[in-house]
Amino acid sequence: MAAVLDATADTAPNRGTTEMRRFLMTAVPLAIALYGVIPLVVGGQPYWLNVLTNACLLSFGSLGVWLTFSIGRVNIAQGAFALIGGYTTGVLTTMLGLSFWIALPLSGIVAATIGILIGWPLLRLRGIYFAMVTLSLTEAARLAFVNAGSVGHGVLNIPNPPGINSPLAFYLFAATMLLAGFVAIWRLNVSRIGWVFRSMRQNEELASSIGIDIARFRVLAFAICCFMGGIAGGCFASLQQNIYPQTYTVADSINFMLYCFLGGLEFVLGPIVGTFALVIAFELLRSIQEYQALVYGILMIVVMLFLPNGLLSLRGLISRRAGGAK
Amino acid sequence: MTQILVNGMLLSANYALIALGITLIFSIMNVLNFAHGQMFMIGGFVVYYAVVVWGLPFPLGLLGAAVIVGVIGMVVESVFFRRVMKNSSREENTMLLAVGTALLLENVALSLFGEKQRGIPPIISGVYRLGDAFLPANRLLVLGISLALIAAVLLFVNYSRTGRAMRALAQDRTATLLMGVDVPRISTLGFGLGAALAGIAGALLISISGVNAGIGTAISTKAFIMIMIGGAGVMSGALLGAVTLGFAEALGYAFFPGSVTYLIIFIGLILFLLFRPQGIMGKPWG
Repeated sequence: MAAVLDATADTAPNRGTTEMRRFLMTAVPLAIALYGVIPLVVGGQPYWLNVLTNACLLSFGSLGVWLTFSIGRVNIAQGAFALIGGYTTGVLTTMLGLSFWIALPLSGIVAATIGILIGWPLLRLRGIYFAMVTLSLTEAARLAFVNAGSVGHGVLNIPNPPGINSPLAFYLFAATMLLAGFVAIWRLNVSRIGWVFRSMRQNEELASSIGIDIARFRVLAFAICCFMGGIAGGCFASLQQNIYPQTYTVADSINFMLYCFLGGLEFVLGPIVGTFALVIAFELLRSIQEYQALVYGILMIVVMLFLPNGLLSLRGLISRRAGGAK
Repeated sequence: MTQILVNGMLLSANYALIALGITLIFSIMNVLNFAHGQMFMIGGFVVYYAVVVWGLPFPLGLLGAAVIVGVIGMVVESVFFRRVMKNSSREENTMLLAVGTALLLENVALSLFGEKQRGIPPIISGVYRLGDAFLPANRLLVLGISLALIAAVLLFVNYSRTGRAMRALAQDRTATLLMGVDVPRISTLGFGLGAALAGIAGALLISISGVNAGIGTAISTKAFIMIMIGGAGVMSGALLGAVTLGFAEALGYAFFPGSVTYLIIFIGLILFLLFRPQGIMGKPWG
């Protein structure tokens, strides 16, 4: 893990030390939380380890959706690509007997390829049109797998990744994936491409007029998103040891998007904070049984109403308040 | 073949109520109402409780569904949307708020109504024959009510004073404000009317196919398909979209198993959007 950080430290953009310090200010606490605090606190409880493994993988998928938010598209298709990734891993490991470590990257690549093919024409759509069509895409993917012959009833007995056979090991694997994903997206976000993406969100025509090939860049963002969705889906399939067409529905795609939003769309850390907050809140509410869903729904709407720019915007609000008070 | 046409017509009329409601809300507020399906579902449950649990006559249940869901719509507009539209930094936020509202309504419904599929007995019994097609009287009644309501909504929006204010609002919010229209009141009314239409659609359809607390997303998806076909924010487009989807569904169900029908509809939709991204009647942008 330290190696991961060091490697990025070397290649991180050299736009002054501020950027580097900001990166470390976020990445180091995140790494400490993922590798130190969480294993220490819940290391002995398989149930919670499982919940947090889920949170790590969901965050990984949400990071991809966050990237499509950064080009100004509301993407409700991540469930479809997680499904594609999950099925790829499932079919490759059970039917072709490939190792998980080969199947997983292939899952990402298959998802990204399909993402490019579908995304190229569809990314011309904007605003609610893109949101609606991606939502339809999730449902279309589910139906396509339902009608896909023998795998339509699901792929069972997907092996766990070789070498990973305890809940703790799987958690550490998921945490490493998440940290790597975070570092990669952060790096992308502060690079030139990140600026291009943001300029496209503000005004695509303007970006195009200064010579940015917007069609290529928006497909790039979407492909990375689909890749991450595919990887997350592949890991899930291996963790749960099965995948069904109904494993990812429209509701899951919507959740991926909500995680980003509730964390804060202005921050790379946003999707991670949003996912962990919502997943943990949902689990903690389990003790109140039938009111779980109700309280969860109310909590979510309260956050939206009072922190419309995400949980992480709280920090900015507080510092502004404190600054004003002085 | 006649049967397919009859089924298509029945579906179209019902879908038109859903599509008109979501279009009304979209054109006035510029908000894509993700909670539309959930409002539909609540409308269905109101009728279920009125008719089956409390033994009230169906028309009363229908009225109750329209009023209750309409009020829910107005509350959602004035408490949630107005607030967030005022102080959010990105335009996506209202759409996400709509998603949050949808989840909230669905979770409330799950807690209140449980997970069971609920239906009511047909409002009137009997079957008519039209050529070689069967036409249950119940469905005919639903068709009649739907068509009457569609006509009423179109008349209201096109010829009443409030309807004119709504259309003005859809064209230009600022100009409407400057002309002295009480914009917040019209927005609330429009949202309420759109929601009430969803509630009525649910109230009518419960006598045919029943509802359950989780049906919302599927209905919203259908509503989205219709406005993607017809063009978002255009009344005529909403009707066209509803007719297209209704007949496509009726045709598909006659020849394919259910899941294949929708797969074909989705593929067709995506191909259609490649050639006409703004829908049939929608205005091109950018």
